[in-house]
Amino acid sequence: MAGFVRHRRSKRIIATLSAFEADLLRSLAAQLVELLRNEEAAPTEAADPLEALFSGGAFSGPTTEPEDPVLARLFPNAYRDDGDAAAEFRRFTEGSLRDGKARAAGTVIDTLEEAGLPSEPTDEDLTIDVEIDVVTAEVWMRTLTDLRLALGTRLEVEEGDEDYWYSLPDEDPRGQAHHIYEWLGYLQETLVQAVAG
Amino acid sequence: MDPGVDEDLTPDEISLTATPWVTVVWNDPVNLMSYVSYVFQKYFGYSKKKAEKLMLQVHQDGRSVVSSGTREEMERDVQAMHEYGLWATLTKSE
Repeated sequence: MAGFVRHRRSKRIIATLSAFEADLLRSLAAQLVELLRNEEAAPTEAADPLEALFSGGAFSGPTTEPEDPVLARLFPNAYRDDGDAAAEFRRFTEGSLRDGKARAAGTVIDTLEEAGLPSEPTDEDLTIDVEIDVVTAEVWMRTLTDLRLALGTRLEVEEGDEDYWYSLPDEDPRGQAHHIYEWLGYLQETLVQAVAG
Repeated sequence: MDPGVDEDLTPDEISLTATPWVTVVWNDPVNLMSYVSYVFQKYFGYSKKKAEKLMLQVHQDGRSVVSSGTREEMERDVQAMHEYGLWATLTKSE
């Protein structure tokens, strides 16, 4: 397992991932895109563009907090004590926030595939050299954050609960998911250090 | 010359010209301290020292006021924080 470092001469940010790690990251990013594009939770879109125009088009969006706890965490109420203002804010922002997060996750997938990750990696010794500039690094940071928020919310991670997770038997799927959560945190930490350090 | 005051202004209008709205960032168990500090530097242009002070406030007190301004400006800041995955709200300054 290796994290991100900043190449001294080229200033580019690089990491060498195993094919397994790269494939896992792609799969998580794809799941995030799917969750964000979930039609039931997404703003209602009319099939006919003319109809969309008349029904509000770009100005129509959801006004209630998403039911899925992950989506509720990704798109929290902007006003704590004012339901009407929170609904208005959501109507004008949630659609573009969803698009931005889905696009960022798509960028991560594109980076991995352009670095040589095949659609179904079979060679266990294959490694993927990720090499990104600072702008793309920030896109990665956002997606790593969203993935950790998603996993952390699903697992109901709390501050200082490491002992609980380490006490789970190896075969416990929640413990395995938490291990992935920690790995994403390691990637994120090294990425922030590589960009800011 | 007496500079005077515009007697047409009501106290409410006067307070509107101040900066009565704030953006609050709340603690969450997921986001890394280094990342939160990075976001404060990157988005608000704060120094490393100020960004870390605010980040520690979020971490230790559960929340921190990270910016103030008009309601529209604070809505933009909150939206940006949500883009970065930080949990933020806006409220009228007390």
